[in-house]
Amino acid sequence: MIKKLRVHLILVALISVANCPLSIAQSDVPVPAPKQTERICLKGGTVHIGNGTVIENAYVLFENGKVTDVFAATTIKTDATLGRIIDVTGKQIYPGVIAPNTVLGLSEIEAVRATNDQGEVGAINPDVRAVISYNTDSRVTPTVRSNGVLYAQVVPQGGRVSGTSSVVQLDAWNWEDAAVKADEGLFITWPNMYKVKGWWAEPEGYELNKEYDKGVQDLKDYFNEAKSYAYSTHEKKNLRFESMRKLFTDKENLYVRVDYVKEILNVITFAEEMGVNVVLIGGADSYMIADVLAQKKIPVILGRSHELPSYNDEDIQQPYKTPAILQKAGVLYALSINGFWQQRNLMFQAGTASAYGLSKEEALASITSNTAKILKLDDKIGTIEKGKAASFIISDGDLLDMRSSNISQAFIDGREINLDNKQKELYKKFSDKYFKK
Amino acid sequence: MARYLRAFIVLVSILTTHYSILSAQESTFKANGPDDYRDGVHAFINATLYKDYKTKIDNGILVIKDGKIIDAGAAVSIPLGAIVHDMKGKYIYPSFIDMYTDYGLPATPKVLTRNEDDGGVQYFSNLKGAYGWNQAIRSDYEAQKNFTVNEAAANDLRKQGFGTVLTHHRDGIARGTGAVVTLNNDKENKVVVKGTAAALYSFSKGTSTQEYPSSLMGSIALLRQTYLDAQWYKGQTDKREYNLSMEAWNSTQSLPQIFEAGNWQKELRADKIGKEFGVQYLLKGDGTEYRRIAEIKDTKAKIIVPVNFPKAYDVEDPYKALWVELDEMKHWELAPANAAALSKAGIDFALTTSDLEKKEDFLKNLRTAIRYGLSEESALKALTIAPAQFLNVQDQVGSLDRGKLANFIITSKPLVDEKCVINENWIQGKRFETNKFDPKDIRGEYSLAITNPKESFNYLSMKVQGEVTAPKGVIAIDTNKVEVKLVVKDNDVSLSFDPDKKKPGKFLLTGVVESNKSWKGKAQLPDGEWADWTATFIRSLPDTSKPPKPDTIDISKLSRVMYPFNSYGNEELPKTENVIIKNATVWTNEKDGVLKNADLVIKGGKISAVGYNLSCPDCQTIIATGKNVTSGIIDEHNHIAISEGVNEGSEASSSEVRIGDVVTSEDVNMYRQLSGGVTAAQLLHGSANPIGGQSALIKFRWGYAPEKLKIEGADGFIKFALGENVKQSNWGEKFTVRYPQSRMGVEQTYVNYFTKAREYEKAIKEGKNVRKDLMLDALVQILNKKRFITCHSYVQSEINMLMHVADSFGFKVNTFTHILEGYKVADKMKAHGANASTFSDWWAYKYEVIDAIPYNANILTRMGINTAINSDDAEMARRLNQEAAKTVKYGGTSEEDAWKMVTLNPAKMLHLDSHMGSLKAGKDADVVIWSDNPLSIYAVVERTYVDGICFYDKGKDAQKREYIKHERARLAQKMLDEKRVGAPTQDPAKKNNKAYSCGND
Repeated sequence: MIKKLRVHLILVALISVANCPLSIAQSDVPVPAPKQTERICLKGGTVHIGNGTVIENAYVLFENGKVTDVFAATTIKTDATLGRIIDVTGKQIYPGVIAPNTVLGLSEIEAVRATNDQGEVGAINPDVRAVISYNTDSRVTPTVRSNGVLYAQVVPQGGRVSGTSSVVQLDAWNWEDAAVKADEGLFITWPNMYKVKGWWAEPEGYELNKEYDKGVQDLKDYFNEAKSYAYSTHEKKNLRFESMRKLFTDKENLYVRVDYVKEILNVITFAEEMGVNVVLIGGADSYMIADVLAQKKIPVILGRSHELPSYNDEDIQQPYKTPAILQKAGVLYALSINGFWQQRNLMFQAGTASAYGLSKEEALASITSNTAKILKLDDKIGTIEKGKAASFIISDGDLLDMRSSNISQAFIDGREINLDNKQKELYKKFSDKYFKK
Repeated sequence: MARYLRAFIVLVSILTTHYSILSAQESTFKANGPDDYRDGVHAFINATLYKDYKTKIDNGILVIKDGKIIDAGAAVSIPLGAIVHDMKGKYIYPSFIDMYTDYGLPATPKVLTRNEDDGGVQYFSNLKGAYGWNQAIRSDYEAQKNFTVNEAAANDLRKQGFGTVLTHHRDGIARGTGAVVTLNNDKENKVVVKGTAAALYSFSKGTSTQEYPSSLMGSIALLRQTYLDAQWYKGQTDKREYNLSMEAWNSTQSLPQIFEAGNWQKELRADKIGKEFGVQYLLKGDGTEYRRIAEIKDTKAKIIVPVNFPKAYDVEDPYKALWVELDEMKHWELAPANAAALSKAGIDFALTTSDLEKKEDFLKNLRTAIRYGLSEESALKALTIAPAQFLNVQDQVGSLDRGKLANFIITSKPLVDEKCVINENWIQGKRFETNKFDPKDIRGEYSLAITNPKESFNYLSMKVQGEVTAPKGVIAIDTNKVEVKLVVKDNDVSLSFDPDKKKPGKFLLTGVVESNKSWKGKAQLPDGEWADWTATFIRSLPDTSKPPKPDTIDISKLSRVMYPFNSYGNEELPKTENVIIKNATVWTNEKDGVLKNADLVIKGGKISAVGYNLSCPDCQTIIATGKNVTSGIIDEHNHIAISEGVNEGSEASSSEVRIGDVVTSEDVNMYRQLSGGVTAAQLLHGSANPIGGQSALIKFRWGYAPEKLKIEGADGFIKFALGENVKQSNWGEKFTVRYPQSRMGVEQTYVNYFTKAREYEKAIKEGKNVRKDLMLDALVQILNKKRFITCHSYVQSEINMLMHVADSFGFKVNTFTHILEGYKVADKMKAHGANASTFSDWWAYKYEVIDAIPYNANILTRMGINTAINSDDAEMARRLNQEAAKTVKYGGTSEEDAWKMVTLNPAKMLHLDSHMGSLKAGKDADVVIWSDNPLSIYAVVERTYVDGICFYDKGKDAQKREYIKHERARLAQKMLDEKRVGAPTQDPAKKNNKAYSCGND
C-alpha cells in the first residue's frame, strides 16, 4: 500500500499542473468540469470536516461524486483502494462554502438594469422562481468559486413576498444542471416598524411606521388564505397559492427578512400561528433574544456582519460578536453577505466572527454545515463525511484569513472544477504586458 | 394717595418741560370727524417695580403719557389728572423683546426638499427682475414692506410678556432686513419702531428652487462668494451690471447682522464666515451651546437661544427605547440648563420664543431654565435690555427709563414664581389684559347676622378660606358646619347656604363689600321674605398655605457633557501620554522592516525611539509580548464626519466648496474606525461632478472640536471625478441636462475650466479689475501646484485623458482614487507620476467597473507606483488592515508592502509622510497595538494613539459600554417618572446614521 502511494506521488505533481492551467485569455466562463470517472484520494492534507472535527494528515476518498471515506493516516485501512492519489500534504481541506441569501447569477452589474433579474413587479410574488433567472454563465460566479464558494442559495428580491429560492452548485451548463434543490423555500420581507425619513442624500432618521400593524395583518390574512387553499382542492388554480402549498404541507422553509427585535418577536408569533417553519434572514438584533430562538428552535441566517451596528449606542463591534452569542446560546445560525460579487468574502466574515468569539471550526460551520442544516441539505452537503457530496476546497492555508486563503483546487460532486476567472485572465494579460521578459 | 401727590407736587413743574418733548401726537393721517387726541396719562403706584433687569424698586411709581414713559422710580411725581392705578402687591417689569420672530409676515415657508418626481432640474435662477444669480440670496427683502399687524399672533406673544419683536422673513440664505415692531394693535405706522433694524442670514436656501447650493458647504461657499461679489460690485465705477441683490446687500451691512445658525457646530461655522469678512454675527442657536461652551464663548458673538426643551421619550418598552440614542436622552435632561451655562460663561445672549412648538410654553420653560440655574436677573436681561442693545433700539425699549416706549407688564407675583400670572401687558401706553387681576381678598373671620321679623341668625361665626380667586365659606351653627357658596366680583358679594338639613330651604344673600372690609346687604329667605344682613369682619385668618419650596435642580447630578456629545465620548478630553511599549513585533515601515521583540517609546506626542532594549523611566510601560505595533492607518478616501451633504453636485465645478467647512466632531464612526486602527483620513467631497470640492485632512482626535481635528499645515487637496457619476449615468431620467453627459464632455469641461482659470490668473497678474472667484482661485492653486487632485476614476480612457489635460496645463494629477482600471495604464501613470489609491476587491456595481480586478494594487505596486488601499465606506474603513491583506492573497504582495498600502503610502500621497506613516523617531505618535499580525483577520486593535493620545482602548471601550447601559437606564427611569406624573412624551425615533460613499452611488 505504501508503495502504491509513492508511485502516485509523482503523478500528482503532473496532474495538478495539467488540471489547473491559467488558461490563455479566454473570454468566456470556464467549461464546467466533467463527471468524476475514477476514484480519487486526497492524501496528507488537514481535513476540516465542517462539524468541528479536524483530521490532520488525512485521506479523503471519493468516487462517483460522493465521499466514500475519510480517515487519518495513522488509522490507514490496508484494504482501501485509494484510486488516483492527489497529494495535498501541508494543505487544508474544507467543505465547499455555501453562500445563502444571495443574488449571485441573478444580477450581473448592479447599476445596469438590463442585467438585474432578481425582482418582479408587485408586492406579492410567491410563485416567481429564482432558479429561472439563475445565469450559469455569469462572469461573476467564477470569481466567487475560486475563493471556495461552491454552493449558493439564490433568492428573489423586493416586494412583501419576493418569491421562491433555490440552492445551486456553481459549476453548471444551465440552471437545471445547477439546481441542487429547486424551489426550496419562500422569501418574504417583514414590514418595518420604523420607516426612513428624508431622501437618500439627506437622510433624516427614522420614525414609527403607523402602517406597521396593517402590514402585519395583511400578511396574516394572505397566509391564512394560502393555508386554507393548501389543504383543499380547487377548480380554478391560484398560481401564487399553489406555490405556497408546501410551506404548510411539507414544512418548507419560510425565510423572513427581519432585523429589529420587536419585529423578530412578531415573526415568531406569526410562524406559530401559521404553523410554518420560519428562518430569520438578517436578524441583526437576534442576539438580544438568542435564548428564545434556541428554545423555539428558530434558525437564523445572519445578514452581512462586516457591517456597522444598528444603533449608535450599541457595541461598536456588535455585528462581529453576534455569531458567537448565537453559538453560545445554541441557536442554529449561518452567515450570509448581501449582493452577489461580495460572496467571495463570505469566509472572511467567518474569520471575523472567529476573532470575536467563535472557534475557527465553529466559524467554518457557520458557512458550511450550519447552512446546510438550515437549508435542509445536511444529508448531502456541508461536511466532508461518507455518503455526502464530494464537494470540497483545498487551500494553501487558513480559509478564513486572507493572509493565506488561497484555493488551489476545488471539487463539486467529485468533479475538479476550473478555478480560472476573468479577473485572473486580466491579471495575466497585464502582468505579461509589463513584466514578461 | 393724596399723600403722594402732596409730597411730589413741587417736582411737577420742573418735569413738565420734558413732557412737551414726549407728547408729539402729530400724524400725517386725517381723522374722520373731530380729532381724538388723548394724553393717556397713567400712574402706577405701590408696585414692586423693575425699572430695568437689575433695578428693583419697592413701592415704585411708573408714570406714562402718550405711549411713553415719563418716569419710573421710588420718588416720582404723579402728574395732575393722571389715571392712578394702585398696584399694591403687583410687579411691573419692562415687557420682553423677542428678536427672532416672523410676526406679521407671511408664514415661514417650508424648506423644499428636492423630489426627483417633482419635475425638472433648475440650474439657473428663475427670478424675474434685476436680481442676483442665486435665488437663495434674498438680500433685497424688507420685512417692513411686508409687515401687517396680526392681532392673534400678537396676543399669543403678549400673553407671554412680550411687547416688542424683531420680525423677518425666514426664507433664504440672505433674508434681507428685519423690522422692530411692537405688539400693539394699532396702525402699522405706529407699531413699527425701526423699519430697517437688522440683516438676517442662514444656511438654508429655503424656497429657492435653484439647484445650487445643495449642501451645507455649498451654502457656506455661496455666502463667501457673495461677500466678495458685493465688495467687487461696490468698487465698480463703470457699472455694467445693475444688481438689486448686491445693492441691498451692501446697503444693509452696517446693520446688526443676525445669522440663524442652528446647532453649536453651525454657530462656529457661521462665526468663521463672519470673521473672514470682518462681520461679527449675532448667532441664533438651537440650545446646544452647553456642549461646547468654551468654543462658543471664543466667538465673542452674542447668542440668541430658544427655550424649547424636548419632551421625554416614551421608553416604556425597552425595545422601542433602542431607537433613542444616549445623546438625545442626555439632551432631554440638559437642555433646560443651556441658558444657565451661557450666563455662567459670561456670554451675552437673548432668549426667543422661536422654535417653540407652542408659544404658550415660553414662560413655563423660562421658569424651568431658572430652576436649572439661570438667575432671574440674567433671564430678565436676556429678555429686555440685551436684545434691545443687540438691535440698537435701547433708546426705545428694554427698560422703563424716561422717554422709552411705555411697554411693560404687570404681574401677580415675581416672574420666577410658578404661580405668577401676567395680568396686563401695556404696549405703547395701551393696556392689554392678559389675565384678570385677582379679586379683592375677602378671606377672614366674620360675624354674620340676618335680621327679619320672624327669625334671626345672630352673630354666627363665618370663616372664609381657600384661594383668593375661589374663597369658600363655612358657618358654624351650633355644632354643625354649614357650607356657604360665595361669589365675589369686584365689590359685589353673594352668598347662599342651607342652615338646616332637616328643613330644606336656601338663604340667598346679596350685598357689597364695604371699605371697612365688612359686608352688608339684603337676604331673601326660603319663604320669599326679605331681610337685612351684615357680615362684620373680625380678623384675618392665619395663612396656612405652605411657602413654595425653592425648587432648584442640582446641576451636578445631571448627565455629564461628553466630548463628543454622544455615546462613546469622554467626560474629559484625553491627554498625551508618555508610553514605552516593550517586546512587541514592530512594523516600522522603514528600512529596518519588521522588528521582533522590539520596543517603542512615545513622548510628547511624538515617537521618541524605536529599537531594542529601550528604557523610559517616566513612561507608562506596556508589555506587548506577542503583540504587533504599527503606525496608524491612514485612509486616503473617507466620507465620515461630514455634516449635511458630501456633494455639492449642482454644477460641473464646485471647487469653491470645502469639506473643511463642514467637518463634524460628533460622528461615532470616527471612534469605530479608531477601533480598527485608523488614525487619519482624507475626508473627500463626493463624485457628483467633474470638479468637486476641497478635501479636509484630519486626524481622529476623538472629542476635539472640529477645527482641532484638521492636520496642521497639511497641503490642500481637491476631489475630481470621472465617468458614470459625473455624467449622471445612474441618476435617473431627469438628469440628462447638465453638461457633461459623456466622457468627451468631461474632457472639455476640464479644458474649459482650466483655460478660464489661466485667463483669470493672467488678468489678476496684469492688475486688471477682476472679480475674485473662489471657484477659479482653487483651480489656479492647482495650476500652481498649491493644491492637489484626488481623482475618482475607473476606466483607462478617462484616466489617460486627465493625465493629458494635466500635462497640457503643466501640472500633475496627484492621486487617482478607486482607479480600478489603473492596471491597464500603469505604465502611463508611472510616467506621469501619479499615485494610486484603490479598492482591494470591489467590482460589478456598475458598468464602468466590470474590468476591475483584485490584483490591481499588486500590479500598480510592482510597476513602482505609490499605491494605497482606501475604504470609501464607513464600515470597511475599520477593516482596512484586512483589505490590505487581500493584496497578499491576490498577487502575492509581500506583507510589508501590503501594510504600507494603508499607512506609509497614503501618507506619501497626502504629503504627510514627513511626520506620519511610519514608526520612526521624531514622527507623530500615531501608533496602534494589535493582538496579532495586523494583516490577519484575527488581529484585534487593543489601543490606538493619535499624537501620543490614547483615543481607543479595548478595555476602556468595555467601560464605556457599561456607562452607556447605566446612564441610559438612569435617564429612562427619570423619563418614566415624568410620564407617570403626566408629562407629555414623544415616540422614540432614530436619528440618521449618515454613511457616505462615492464609489457606488
